[in-house]
Amino acid sequence: MQNPAAPAAQAATDAATSSLGAPTASAIFFFFVIVVLTLAVTYWAAKRTKSTKEFYAAGRSVSAFQNGLALAGDYMSAASFLGIAGMVALKGYDGMIYATGWLVGWPALMFLIAEPLRNLGKYTFADVVAFRLRQGPVRIASAVGGILTVIAYTIAQMVGAGNLIKLMFGIDYKLAVGIVGLVMLAYVLFGGMIATTWVQIIKAVLLLCGVTLLMLMAMSHFGFSPGNLYQAVSDKVGQAALEPGGLVTNPIDAISLGLALMFGLLGLPHILMRFYTVPDAKAARTSVLYATGFIGYFYIIIPLVGFSASVLVGRDIIKKYDAGGNMAAPLLAEQLGGTPFLGFIAAVAFATILAVVAGLTLAGASAYSHDIFVSVIKKGQATEQQQVRQAKIATIVFGVLAVLMGFLFEGQNVAFMVGLAFAIACSANFPALLLSIVWKKFTTQAAFWSIVTGAFLAVFLIVISPTVWVDVFKNKEAIFPLKNPAIVSMTAAFIVAIVVSLLTKEQTAEEMFEDEKLRAYLGVGAE
Amino acid sequence: MGKTVHQILESAPFKELVRKKWVISIILTLLLFVVYYGYILLIGYNKPLMAEKIGTGATTKGIPLGVLTILGAWVLTAIYVVWANKVYDPEVKRLRDELHK
Repeated sequence: MQNPAAPAAQAATDAATSSLGAPTASAIFFFFVIVVLTLAVTYWAAKRTKSTKEFYAAGRSVSAFQNGLALAGDYMSAASFLGIAGMVALKGYDGMIYATGWLVGWPALMFLIAEPLRNLGKYTFADVVAFRLRQGPVRIASAVGGILTVIAYTIAQMVGAGNLIKLMFGIDYKLAVGIVGLVMLAYVLFGGMIATTWVQIIKAVLLLCGVTLLMLMAMSHFGFSPGNLYQAVSDKVGQAALEPGGLVTNPIDAISLGLALMFGLLGLPHILMRFYTVPDAKAARTSVLYATGFIGYFYIIIPLVGFSASVLVGRDIIKKYDAGGNMAAPLLAEQLGGTPFLGFIAAVAFATILAVVAGLTLAGASAYSHDIFVSVIKKGQATEQQQVRQAKIATIVFGVLAVLMGFLFEGQNVAFMVGLAFAIACSANFPALLLSIVWKKFTTQAAFWSIVTGAFLAVFLIVISPTVWVDVFKNKEAIFPLKNPAIVSMTAAFIVAIVVSLLTKEQTAEEMFEDEKLRAYLGVGAE
Repeated sequence: MGKTVHQILESAPFKELVRKKWVISIILTLLLFVVYYGYILLIGYNKPLMAEKIGTGATTKGIPLGVLTILGAWVLTAIYVVWANKVYDPEVKRLRDELHK
């Protein structure tokens, strides 16, 4: 029997003198390599980004494999890398339960909307909702649903970015938020979707390779046997770390969160937008399979990293650097590969943040410029030049807004923001999107009121739920019992959509359903 | 003579294709619910089972079940892709050819 206590004791002394939080030479080196590399890609992409099709959809020239990586890049945030590793390190098995929830939206995305979405749309998911309905009300409602989702997601990312970069590099919070804003704005503004896609691909490859390397180096301490690792966890922090804890106590709560994670993905504008970058429905389908594979692999190995950190670094030291456990993976990297490896992992986390924020900015900007400016204000009559110009203005506005929101929410508890983003996505965006594809009698009014109901209920119920009412506002008891409102707000959005459709009748929408079917299922006329 | 759009949409093969697509999609979505919620509800209602050790080691039954949930979700995705490539796509091609003849 090997004795896991020995390396652990060694770990305790090493990590006590971590260079985490100070800008080391290696961290700065890797940081510059990533920024220079991605900006070079942006320069290359900028020369290929002239039309709206290139700006929003990378000229539809992205391959299924590339898009699989880019989808994974858009989805695997720093919160899932650092956060889940930390949660497993500090809470054990509960972190693993949490990780599984993040994957299950992908198969649902494939089964229910991937192919029709690709065939029916042009640049945004609102194209699909508005396909046979009246443009004005549907575009405005969809854009509002999309922008609300993106803003909630962006706040979580920006605040996370500021905090994580401060922890890793010791840079001031506001400066960190400013750097993220500036660099990602350069990607999106000059390189549009082509640059954003390649930044996602670079980030996904770096993240998958970095975490794999970290996992392998950690597992070498346990003879590459998960059994030995779990034995060591049991010996060092107790068997309870390998058993379910307090995460799933109320099954209704767990089901509601599960619904938000599963169907929220089907309403995330920055993910849905990626489907227009591939040439056809078959490529869209294949790219989801790749993405699900990469993301599934990521969530399977992250818990190994977290458990290893709890043994090799130790819970006390991890908590000393960050009470939430976010520094578990970086500390483990330093422990195993010294300062250079820490620098590399920190830079990978930085690239992860940059890429996700870039994707969100592009999605937020296109919801305004494509859905509101072109389709509503200009009634579809804008020239190519006007459209690209408007998209770039919207990008700058959204980028500045992202930085300002990062400043505004400094020091706030924004953990609920990602949950809110998924709740709005599954309640406002998803029901309208699905019904517009499958239901002939779906009407403009139904789409409008379903989106409004879903968005309003998601926001309102989250505010009076334990996640905000108790955790943020410090009230004793929540008015609404569930941590995530999806089960109520999504159901309500579907009921409103169905009832309003039955009360109103839209002749043209029913007539156009034939065209829609032809295009959705056979791809005839798809752009 | 190629068929008109309306003829294609009203034809039995097209209706059958759309029906089959949704039957497969709904069955797979239900299986996804069984896999994921089965795992979550097992934790919710039977924590002792998840905490049971496998053999003599420290590994609990919950650990492989968590990994299997992720693998299961991926396998369902793969099943859909194989079906779509083998059955759906050739049928789409045939119907499109009829339209453009």
